[in-house]
Amino acid sequence: MGYLQGFAVTLRQLFLPSVTTDYRGGFDDSPDDEKRPKPERMHGRHVLNRYEDGMEKCIGCELCAGVCPADCIYVRGADNDPDDPVAPGERYGYVYEINYLRCIHCDLCVEACPTQAITESKLFEFSFTNRANAVYTKDELLVDDDGKPQQLPWEDWRAGDDAMTSGWMRATSPSGDQRYLGVAAWSGELGYGVRSPEPADVIGSPDLSQPQVKVETSGHDDRKESHG
Amino acid sequence: MTNTFVFAADPLLVGDIGLAEVLLTLSKVLIAFGFLLVSVMLMIWFERKLLGGMHQRFGPTMAGPFGILQTLADGIKLFFKEDLVPDRSDRFVFKLAPYLSLIPAFLAFAIVPLGGDFNSGGSVEVFGHTTFLQVADPPVGILWFLAMSSVAVYGVMLAGWSSGSKYPLLGSVRASAQMVSYEAALGLSVASVVLVAGSLSTHDMVLAQAAEGYFGVIPRWNVIITGLVPFIVFMIAGTAELNRPPFDLVEAEQELVGGFHTEYSSIRFALFFLAEFMNTITMSAIIVTLFFGGPAGPVLISEIAGLNIGWAWGLLWFFVKLFVMLFVFIWMRATLPRFRYDQLMDLGWKALTPAALAWFLFLAALETGRRRDWNEALITLLSLLVISVATALLVRAVRNGRRIAAMQAQAMQAESVSERN
Repeated sequence: MGYLQGFAVTLRQLFLPSVTTDYRGGFDDSPDDEKRPKPERMHGRHVLNRYEDGMEKCIGCELCAGVCPADCIYVRGADNDPDDPVAPGERYGYVYEINYLRCIHCDLCVEACPTQAITESKLFEFSFTNRANAVYTKDELLVDDDGKPQQLPWEDWRAGDDAMTSGWMRATSPSGDQRYLGVAAWSGELGYGVRSPEPADVIGSPDLSQPQVKVETSGHDDRKESHG
Repeated sequence: MTNTFVFAADPLLVGDIGLAEVLLTLSKVLIAFGFLLVSVMLMIWFERKLLGGMHQRFGPTMAGPFGILQTLADGIKLFFKEDLVPDRSDRFVFKLAPYLSLIPAFLAFAIVPLGGDFNSGGSVEVFGHTTFLQVADPPVGILWFLAMSSVAVYGVMLAGWSSGSKYPLLGSVRASAQMVSYEAALGLSVASVVLVAGSLSTHDMVLAQAAEGYFGVIPRWNVIITGLVPFIVFMIAGTAELNRPPFDLVEAEQELVGGFHTEYSSIRFALFFLAEFMNTITMSAIIVTLFFGGPAGPVLISEIAGLNIGWAWGLLWFFVKLFVMLFVFIWMRATLPRFRYDQLMDLGWKALTPAALAWFLFLAALETGRRRDWNEALITLLSLLVISVATALLVRAVRNGRRIAAMQAQAMQAESVSERN
C-alpha cells in the first residue's frame, strides 16, 4: 500500500506554511500583503539613464533595437542642438519606445548598449489594460532629475525596489570576462556617481573591493586568444 | 389516452396533482437549482484553496474575504470574453454540447434527499403538505442517476466531435471510451447497494440506513453492510466518470491542449466548467446517499421554541458528509498523478468491473442464503473459494494476453526489420 503514503504527504503539506507570499500588487491594502525583495540582477523593466550632469546617455545608435530578438525596441536618433544638447556628442535618442507586449527581458539590449544608457531595473509590474499603455516611451523610461526611475500608475513599489537599476549591466559589462572582475568599466550615473562593481558569482572569488587584475583593454582581441 | 395524459402531467406517477403540489415541486426545483449554483461557486473556490494549501501556496486571496468570490469574478470575466465558433465546426451541435453536459448535471441531483428527520420517516410538513426534502423520489430512483450520467457522455463526445479539430476529437474519443468502460463498474457497485437496500428509491435507501446500527455506535450505513468493496469501486469509477484527476485523460493538458473543450471559449467554456464541478457535487451527494446514509443521523435537539427542527439536522448531516466527500475528491486530485491510457482501460475492465461483479454475486448469494436459512459461514466460504478461483483464472488470462501481445509486437518488429533489409 505504498502509494497511499502520497495521501499523507499532501495532507501534511496542508498544514505547512506557504512557500509563496501573499503578494497583492497594490490592488488591496490588506495587512497580509507581502512583496519579496527581488534579486539585484533581475531583468525587470528598462530605464534610460543620465550622466551625472543630467545629460542623457542614449546616443540614438539603435544597437539595442538591432540586437533585440523580440523586435520590441524602436529608436530614432536626431542631431543635438549645439546650444542646448540633450546628450554629449553629436546625436541623441529622439524617439525611444519599448513594447512590453513583445519584450522577453533577455537583456541583450543592455549588453549591446555602448554608453550604458539602457539598463534593467527590479521593477516588474506590467498591469496595463490596453495596448497603447504597453508601449513605454521616453517619457516613462527616462530617469527623473534625481536619477530614480519614474513610477507608473500600475507599479506597486516597496522600499528599495527602485534602488538597483543597473545590476545586470554591471554584472556583464564590458563583456562578462572573468579578468574584468572588480573593474568598473562604466560611466557615472545621475544620482549615484560611478557605481561599484557587482559581487562576482564565482565560487571562491577574491575580495572585489579592490580590482584584482589590471587589464590592458586596448588592442585586445578575444578571438585570437581562444584559438591559442 | 387518459394514461398518456396522466403521464404527461404527472411523470412520476404520484397521483393527486393539485396547485399546491405543483407550487411545492416548483419551489423545490428552484431551491435545488440555486443551491447547486451556489455550491458550485463555493466548490471551485474550495478546490483552488485546498489545492493551494496542499501545494504550499495560498490559492485565491483577493476577491472577497479569503478570495471566496474568485469564481464569481472568473465567471464575469468569461462572460465578457469573445465567443468563438470555429469555421470547421458543426455549428448546431457545437452550441448544443455544453447544455448536454450541464443539464444532466442538474437533473441527476433531483433524486438526492437533502434533509428530513429520517428517524421518523424522513418526510417534512410544508404548509400542511407532507413531502420529502428532495426534488423527486421516482420509483426508478438511482437508475435516474445512471441514466443522466450516461447522457452527460454525449455532451463531452459531441463537443469534441463538432469542434472540427483534432485534439478535441482525440479527447472526446478517450472520454466516450473511458466513460462507457467505467459505467459498467459504476452500475455493478450500485447494484450491490440496491440488492442490500431492496429498493431503487433513494428515499428508501436512506430510510433503511437510518435504522438502528450495531453496538449503538456504528451506523447501519451501506458502506459497512455492503462490505466496503462496492464503495471503493464506486469511488474510483465515479472519479473516472467525472473525468477528474487522476482520470482526466480527456483533457490531459500536456497531450491534448484542453481536450474536448479546446475550441470552446467564453460562456460556453464556462458552462463546461460549471457542469464538471456540478457533476462532482452530484457524484459526492450520490455517494453520500448510497453509502453514508444521506441525511440520516442523530437528532440532538428536536425543538427550539416549540418549532420542530428535526429536519434541519438532516440537512446538517447531509452537508457535513457532502463536505467530507468533496474534500476526499480534491485530496485525490492533489495526490495522484494521471493514469496512462492503457492503465486506465486495464483498471476499468480487468480490475474494477470483475471485482464489482464478483462482490455483487457474493452479496446476492448471502442474501439468498439469508432468505432460505442456509448456513451463512458455508456460503461465505464457498463464495470466497469461487471468487479466488475466478480471480486466478482472470489473472492467468490477463498474463496470457500480455504475453501474446508482446510476442506479436516482437514478430512485427522482426518483420519490419527484415523488410528494411
